Amino acid sequence: MSRTTDLPLTRPAAVARRRARARRRRRWGDRLVLYALALIAFVILAGPLLWMISSSLKTQGEVLANPPSVLPSDPQWGNYSQVFRQVPFGRYLLNSLLVASVVTVVALLFHSMAAYSLARLRFPGRQAIFMAILSTLMVPFTVIVIPLFVIVDWLGWVDTYAGLIIPMIPHAFGIFLLRQFYLSLPRELEEAAIVDGASLVRVYWHIVLPLSRPILAALGVFFFLANWNNFLWPLVVTQSQELWVVQLGIQQFTGQYGSQYHLIMAASTIAALPTLIMFFVFQKRLVEGIKMTGLKG
Amino acid sequence: VSATAVQTRRPRWWRTRRGQQWLVGYGFLLPDVIGLAVFVGLPILGAFYLSFHDWSGIGAREFSGLENYDTLIQDKAFLHSLKITAIYTFSFVPLLYVFSLSLALLVNQGLALTGFFRSAFFAPFMVSLVVASVVWSFMLQDPAGVVNSIIGLFGISPQPWLGSTRFALVSVIVVTLWQAVGYSMIIFLAGLQDIPRVYYEAARIDGAGPWHRFRYITLPLLRPTTVFVLIISFIGAFQLFDPIFVMTSGGPADATTTTVYYIYETAFEFLQLGYASALSVVLFAIILLVSLFQLRVFRDEPDH
Repeated sequence: MSRTTDLPLTRPAAVARRRARARRRRRWGDRLVLYALALIAFVILAGPLLWMISSSLKTQGEVLANPPSVLPSDPQWGNYSQVFRQVPFGRYLLNSLLVASVVTVVALLFHSMAAYSLARLRFPGRQAIFMAILSTLMVPFTVIVIPLFVIVDWLGWVDTYAGLIIPMIPHAFGIFLLRQFYLSLPRELEEAAIVDGASLVRVYWHIVLPLSRPILAALGVFFFLANWNNFLWPLVVTQSQELWVVQLGIQQFTGQYGSQYHLIMAASTIAALPTLIMFFVFQKRLVEGIKMTGLKG
Repeated sequence: VSATAVQTRRPRWWRTRRGQQWLVGYGFLLPDVIGLAVFVGLPILGAFYLSFHDWSGIGAREFSGLENYDTLIQDKAFLHSLKITAIYTFSFVPLLYVFSLSLALLVNQGLALTGFFRSAFFAPFMVSLVVASVVWSFMLQDPAGVVNSIIGLFGISPQPWLGSTRFALVSVIVVTLWQAVGYSMIIFLAGLQDIPRVYYEAARIDGAGPWHRFRYITLPLLRPTTVFVLIISFIGAFQLFDPIFVMTSGGPADATTTTVYYIYETAFEFLQLGYASALSVVLFAIILLVSLFQLRVFRDEPDH
């Protein structure tokens, strides 16, 4: 910086310098606006979640106080144990965990098998089967809820784990995505194994499946999330409280405990925590999954 | 001359390379194909079948021909529910587009703490719509909810959000936007990051300002992403159910009775499974038609 003061500036250089300074100042202004916008968006989007957690630690008197207190004056950790004492929330959590994990694991296995078959094997009717599978994508779930319930009732699965789990497994989108992925894989490894005398099942299990680990992980996080957060199907297919999943449990709890918002917020936090934790652990995979799939529940 | 010699020359068909392909090919497809047939295919046929019947879920199904369809075109409650669904959808989808694209642009500016902001913006999507509805119902309490406290700071008197016919649907739009915006933001962000930087550099050299760069590079190149987001969010919006069930039960005075909620009530509360199936078929037709229309519109428009 000393050089600039020592040497007399030529006119164009001075102008350029002044311009640069102005631009930098303008950029600073822009940045400031952007940060302000980001902060507003943060308050609106993350605020309700933070408010939920904060309210879950307040007393009943404090939770709807006017003006509201941002933080609980004396955190009531007991609210959480009270939720667990008053309703079988542990049971709901376990049910959700069971349903979401079984659906995810079985769906990933079935979809990758079907996708491998469609992408690699030659047999009559393959294209037609693929088109038929794709066509089921056009059917929104809400449109088939009633007949699906009737079918599940025929099978005797209403109010059973089978009824909660099995109809949620088939999903054309998973098959479609995995098929695309397998088509993009180089065939050399598989062909070498076949030349060496490996059966197709072995090739699938020992070569294709391990190669698809990243995409399976991304899809898996997504399936788990969609099933954990599912509400309409569990609402329709279960009656007894022992089978309720978290989403049903929280909805019922809200009805029962009407104005005890400190407990309702504690229950909400319990219901939200598993997926929020999952998010912070698997964030990368989840974002990959969304970019790849863009599929939602 | 012995049988074994023949066998070594011509193995059984299922041991041939081709036989293996058939066997494993069909075998691997079987679980998912059966699943899709029973739990998606059959229900589609079932919806049509039930829609021509009168049925309470128990007892005999009575064939009623087109009577259900005849009833529904005069069913004021159904038409009202379509109107509510349309108002919701055509408010939700454009707002979702604007907000999620803005957020994606915002976290694509290389601000400090970008990762932190992105995670925070995305976090609501991890919460189920049920929990989102419960939390917002609490915040929208009248008069002591936090939303009323905040608008009170600006001198606005407390509003009975979910209890008023004017604001109940607005509240539902806000809650679902809050929950869904992070998801579309991630999709737009992926689309933005796919745009080659050289385009922007070339435009800058040509003297294009930020608005021109956005208008003539970002928007056109983001087109496939936009089409995807619009169609997906449209289909989702048309099926809105969870927040209605949890927050408003369709009220007050049917101000938030969406079509799917009306179908749910008809089927599982009034036990008119045949009539509800006819409503579902009509809903299906509408979703399909509008989706195809959207695809056409977007495809026909010339690329820039």
